[in-house]
Amino acid sequence: MTRVKVKKKSTFIDMTAMSDVTVLLLTFFMLTSTFVKKEPVQVYTPASVSEIKIPETNILQILVDSKGKIFMSLDKQPDLRAVLQRMGEEYGVKFNAEQEKKFSVASTFGVPIASMPEYLNLPSDKQDEVLKNEGIPCDSTDNQFKSWVKNAKEINPDLRIAIKADSKTPYAVIKKIMNSLQDIRENRYNLITNLKTTSEE
Amino acid sequence: MSAEVQESNKNSSSKQKKMAVRVDFTPMVDMNMLLITFFMLCTTLSKPQTMEISMPSNDKNISEADQNKVKASQAITLLLAGKDKIYYYEGQPNYADPSSLKETSYLASGIRQQLLKKNYEAVQKVNELKQDKVNLKISEEEYKKKLAEIKSGKNTPTVIIKATDDSSYRNLIDALDEMQICNIGKYVITEITPQDKALIAKRSGDNPSGSADQSKEGGI
Repeated sequence: MTRVKVKKKSTFIDMTAMSDVTVLLLTFFMLTSTFVKKEPVQVYTPASVSEIKIPETNILQILVDSKGKIFMSLDKQPDLRAVLQRMGEEYGVKFNAEQEKKFSVASTFGVPIASMPEYLNLPSDKQDEVLKNEGIPCDSTDNQFKSWVKNAKEINPDLRIAIKADSKTPYAVIKKIMNSLQDIRENRYNLITNLKTTSEE
Repeated sequence: MSAEVQESNKNSSSKQKKMAVRVDFTPMVDMNMLLITFFMLCTTLSKPQTMEISMPSNDKNISEADQNKVKASQAITLLLAGKDKIYYYEGQPNYADPSSLKETSYLASGIRQQLLKKNYEAVQKVNELKQDKVNLKISEEEYKKKLAEIKSGKNTPTVIIKATDDSSYRNLIDALDEMQICNIGKYVITEITPQDKALIAKRSGDNPSGSADQSKEGGI
């Protein structure tokens, strides 16, 4: 009799311990996670042996794709709004409250300032498509990139500049960016790289 | 579940207190697993690394060039050309003679050997220092301080990195990487001069076989 009973009971597995483990893991992932930022272009950074980690906040990231298109991202929403207002003043472009709000929630921006209001009016799924083919102009005649960095830095002086460029990006583009940064006396900045695995060495 | 129900039925007849308080956690576990999967897929665990560089500001460029001239004996200039090619010369190059420009590679057996040879003393010292740190003879702060001291020491070479427009960002990072590996504290990224460009052009024109060279001359 007792044997039969035992057999019947054994089909029920106590999940309490399992649940404990999963909750623990979940907590770990929730606390350590930093979400992947949506980037308009895929960028493969080159590998290096440097082991300095990038700080999480106060970063002005300059994203450069393999064809030399420049995008930027800031991590603080109030800053983004303020920077947009300043840029609007500088280039004589007006933004309404709705457009400003849309701009501040976007993760990455990178269209010429003249077409910015038009771009912000688009629905967000269309924005992604358009953004891919745009980029901030950084020529000697029309250096909007410099203005963006300058304004961002004025609004938040603690900002650190980080350049994330594709390994195939031509040096000519990097030189343009570095020269622009030098012009506004930003002489310290970070270059984002991957950690080189030892097998490669 | 069925076992649980049976148990409780049996118990209810005798004693209410003993009623099973067991809760089935299976759905809870299911949900947790789902959430874990979500978080695992959506996160980047490996934070990107960075290299910190500080560039001279634009107006100081001229004095920088002067400084380089003074230290010519200690200077190595790396020229990063297109197609992952790298050339270097020590001190002042002879612009008339393309063979003063030496070709090397980004591999560990290439430019790194040259730089390590040039920076031999400092590398030795750094290795000793690292050993001390491993043996816990010195603290982390002390290590950093001494490392900085060695890197900026008197007999360490100065490396000038000049990249052509054809080279890629990867080349630049690789070159900067070598500075870190070879413990070189003094390096600078400057713009390439037309003379250097001409030298590279001459040098790469030399490489192909004689017949190719002749055909080129004919064309000009």
